[in-house]
Amino acid sequence: MPVSLENSQLIYRALKSCGIQLLSALPETWLVHLIQIAEDDPQMTLVRLAKEEEGVGLSAGAHFAGAKSAMLMQNHGFLAAINGIVSFAHLYKIPLLMLISYRGTFGERDPWQTQGGNVTEPLLRALNIPYSFLDAPESVEKRIRQAHTLAESSLQPVALLLTRDLMWVE
Amino acid sequence: MLRLDCLRAIYPDLEKSLVVTIMGALPAELQSLGHRPNFFYLQHAMGLASSTGLGLALSLPQQRVVVLDGDGSLLMNLGSLSTLARYKPKNLLHIVFDNESLLSVGGFPTATSTGTDLEAIARAAGIPKTCTVSTVEDFATVVREAISGEGLQTIVAKVEATGPKAFVTDLGLLENRFQFRRYIQSLASKPR
Repeated sequence: MPVSLENSQLIYRALKSCGIQLLSALPETWLVHLIQIAEDDPQMTLVRLAKEEEGVGLSAGAHFAGAKSAMLMQNHGFLAAINGIVSFAHLYKIPLLMLISYRGTFGERDPWQTQGGNVTEPLLRALNIPYSFLDAPESVEKRIRQAHTLAESSLQPVALLLTRDLMWVE
Repeated sequence: MLRLDCLRAIYPDLEKSLVVTIMGALPAELQSLGHRPNFFYLQHAMGLASSTGLGLALSLPQQRVVVLDGDGSLLMNLGSLSTLARYKPKNLLHIVFDNESLLSVGGFPTATSTGTDLEAIARAAGIPKTCTVSTVEDFATVVREAISGEGLQTIVAKVEATGPKAFVTDLGLLENRFQFRRYIQSLASKPR
């Protein structure tokens, strides 16, 4: 599978160095290695969801408990989680570290992913969610650390878009 | 059976639990009995009370977590039952007050009024222990057993579709949220 194992490991190591203890996830092609690494890590609580919006509740519960968490999802999963983001995370000032695979952009071959790609960034802006990109191995660790720091200090959702350049090897 | 009578019957038993409720009539009734710092009222995001309870229960395995859910909320997030069942936290008690109605928005009937059985759905999702109760005595008995015991359980309480006249209380949402987190911090590693 041409998903980059090396860069998945890089992302996972960065999450661990931020102290992430709980990871909620819904599988998608680009996230397979990340989810498998989390599954194999006895120190990580991996919660496989039925729908991404559940992850907002999971992260809120973890935050109340004093545990650090992150969410792994596809951009269509982000669309499915929006009510929870607005009416829980924004309403109650809950920090969310959202790692979102950015499907449906330049280079996308799957027709079914293309509409989600068009609306991801406009929606993040409309929701006033700070976001950045994971697009090169050398900046992954720093970006994840900075995103986590901002989520924790501002008590709000922060998004990192996982790009094709980082996740896919062709 | 009235939900308020159910809440009154178990109110003393909730003293040491982390309690997460849905929005609307239920938190207004619970607050009418007396707010406590270990109660968190999720006043929106319908469906996510059970997910929040799961996040708490997995992160704090030594603490008892009680979710006070409703039929309308649970129907919006039925997948949550499969996620709870997948991880089966021993310290999570999931109570569903089923009044067959979206009472807080004017009393529109939910699917449980036309035969949907939430206990059967919970059981089929893999929740190891489930029951349905329709008297306050039975409700108090099964809740007490669950709180003092171990194991994930869903209790469906069939209640009348009545509630208080107003749902807004003088407890601010953020005040509640920060107080709840501080309460948990104060527990540190004290066992339950």
